[in-house]
Amino acid sequence: MMKKTASQRTFISNAVTYAIVILAFIICNMLIKNGSMSRSLKGQLIPICVYIVMAVSLNLTVGISGELSLGHAGFMSLGAFTGVVVSTWMLHAFQFENTLARLIIAIAAGGLIAGIAGVLIGIPVLRLRGDYLAIVTLAFGEIIRNVINCLYIAVVPNVEGNMTRLAILFNKVPEPGSVVIVNGPAGAVGIAKISTFPVAFALVLFTLFVVLNLVNSRSGRAIMAIRDARIAAESSGLNITKYKMMAFVVSAVLAGMAGALYGLNYSTIAASKFKFDTSILVLVFVVLGGIGNIRGSVIAAALLTVLPELLRAFSDYRMLVYAVVLIIVMIATNTPFIMTRVRDLRHFIGRVFGRKGGDAV
Amino acid sequence: MTLFLSYLINGISLGSVYAIIALGYTMVYGIAKMLNFAHGDIIMVGAYISFTATQYWGLHPLVSVVIAMMVCTVLGITIEGLAYRPLRKAPSLAVLITAIGMSYFLQNIALLIWGADLKNFSSVISIGSISILGGSILITGETIVTIAANIVIMIALTLFTGKTKMGKAMRAVSEDKGAAELMGINVNRTISVTFAIGSCLAAVAGVLLCSAYPALLPTTGSMPGIKAFTAAVFGGIGSIPGAMVGGILMGVIEILGKAYVSTELGDAFVFAVLIIMLLVKPSGLFGKSVREKV
Repeated sequence: MMKKTASQRTFISNAVTYAIVILAFIICNMLIKNGSMSRSLKGQLIPICVYIVMAVSLNLTVGISGELSLGHAGFMSLGAFTGVVVSTWMLHAFQFENTLARLIIAIAAGGLIAGIAGVLIGIPVLRLRGDYLAIVTLAFGEIIRNVINCLYIAVVPNVEGNMTRLAILFNKVPEPGSVVIVNGPAGAVGIAKISTFPVAFALVLFTLFVVLNLVNSRSGRAIMAIRDARIAAESSGLNITKYKMMAFVVSAVLAGMAGALYGLNYSTIAASKFKFDTSILVLVFVVLGGIGNIRGSVIAAALLTVLPELLRAFSDYRMLVYAVVLIIVMIATNTPFIMTRVRDLRHFIGRVFGRKGGDAV
Repeated sequence: MTLFLSYLINGISLGSVYAIIALGYTMVYGIAKMLNFAHGDIIMVGAYISFTATQYWGLHPLVSVVIAMMVCTVLGITIEGLAYRPLRKAPSLAVLITAIGMSYFLQNIALLIWGADLKNFSSVISIGSISILGGSILITGETIVTIAANIVIMIALTLFTGKTKMGKAMRAVSEDKGAAELMGINVNRTISVTFAIGSCLAAVAGVLLCSAYPALLPTTGSMPGIKAFTAAVFGGIGSIPGAMVGGILMGVIEILGKAYVSTELGDAFVFAVLIIMLLVKPSGLFGKSVREKV
């Protein structure tokens, strides 16, 4: 057999990722059709898609670009609130009834606002490195949460008395008679739940398309070169800020889109839902799926979102197990002795099944 | 004016707690070059131990503080030995994620042991309040003890790192780990001692924090921990006076921001100040900037 070239190998690897996702979608649809999917699992389908998008987009920052971001939930939060506001505003001000179009516009708006925030936050954040960068992204995530907690957004009458104007108030309750969308610390209430599984699935495919193409493009290689050897990359003439910014903003946009989808899946949503813990949860998906491994993020996000539902009896120990697994995985993958054994095992399994050598990493 | 002064005193008191926590962060960062995310949760463990000793075992509050300090010291050494030592040569991302994992581990262990309900921590400080300026400003006993403890700890640590053999070893390790090892310094033991001191201080900080703000939950430590780290970065990470100044400034900014601008935005202020600081002077107030070598 001829040795595969690098681009062929990438193509096959990407095709496998898409195939897994599409197959999972078809199986889920079949299970829904013949009624054998439990209610609780059906309710988890959209959150699974949301977390897949979150994990893949965070992997772009953490794995591909090599910058630890601890504020990813902040972008999700911005996307969620933007999506909810846009969707409700369109319904009340313009009697825009088509839910599919509203959902798509809301997702796009969520991505846009999160992207703008990504640019604004990226300018200061990406000047820093390592632990400092991590702590500043955390700081921004907390600032976003604090600010949203003070926001009151309502549809109010305009000059002619029609309910079309969107009022964004800071720390001030809107006057009576307006349609309140976001109510300060109580968050958004009375949201029309318009997220659907097919749209969520389409967003997952879109995310994979964007991220996989970016990673395998010239820009993606530049981003990874900067991650592996910043000074060498800079000396070869790469524009560090541009490429880091590209990864960071794409990641923010995708998180915003996931946020909008998430927000429109519930009837109420509060800023406290997008705490530091949510950022960490997504980080756990990325780490357990393999830092820099997109397919791993997809699988880890899906499994770890479903798992708590299946292990409801052990829900008290869930976060404890997460914590222990996180520590063990980190220690194991950074101990040369263990990694050599794992590689030997892979070779052995490969030989048993008649394949040559282990996986290319 | 008197109102402003009392806010200022409150801010200094809260800031002193941040400063004590920040010292643990800054010493560990200076020597092990790692961000010990679990430090904030050691505060929480310290407070819970003290709470258990006084409420369930009926011990004297001061004895409970000593027990808390001992438990946290052992805890700090154990965490370092089990989780961080194997990762000494690993990339900083791996170490940071391990520390986050450890933070979650401690929070969830506390959740299993003490439950999710709010515990009402009773103050361990028995000295009364004093009033100054003709009774217009009241300074609580907690404030006095916190500020005094901060000063004592600061002087003791400065003397320790400056004069003792172990302190000099710490400075040598933080300067150059490899060279320190060649000079016969036991690097692993030095790092263990650093963790021990940092965790012991965290227990003190936990008890002082909960004496002033009595609500005790498994997540009590995380926010003060993050803010104290902010303070350490603000003052220049690795610098002991930096941690003190940074901590007090953070406390004052938080209290004044909450009092004069918006209660909800107090935390946001602290973080905004950190971001501005890092942009203007990335090495912090007292930090040394390190030139990067190829």
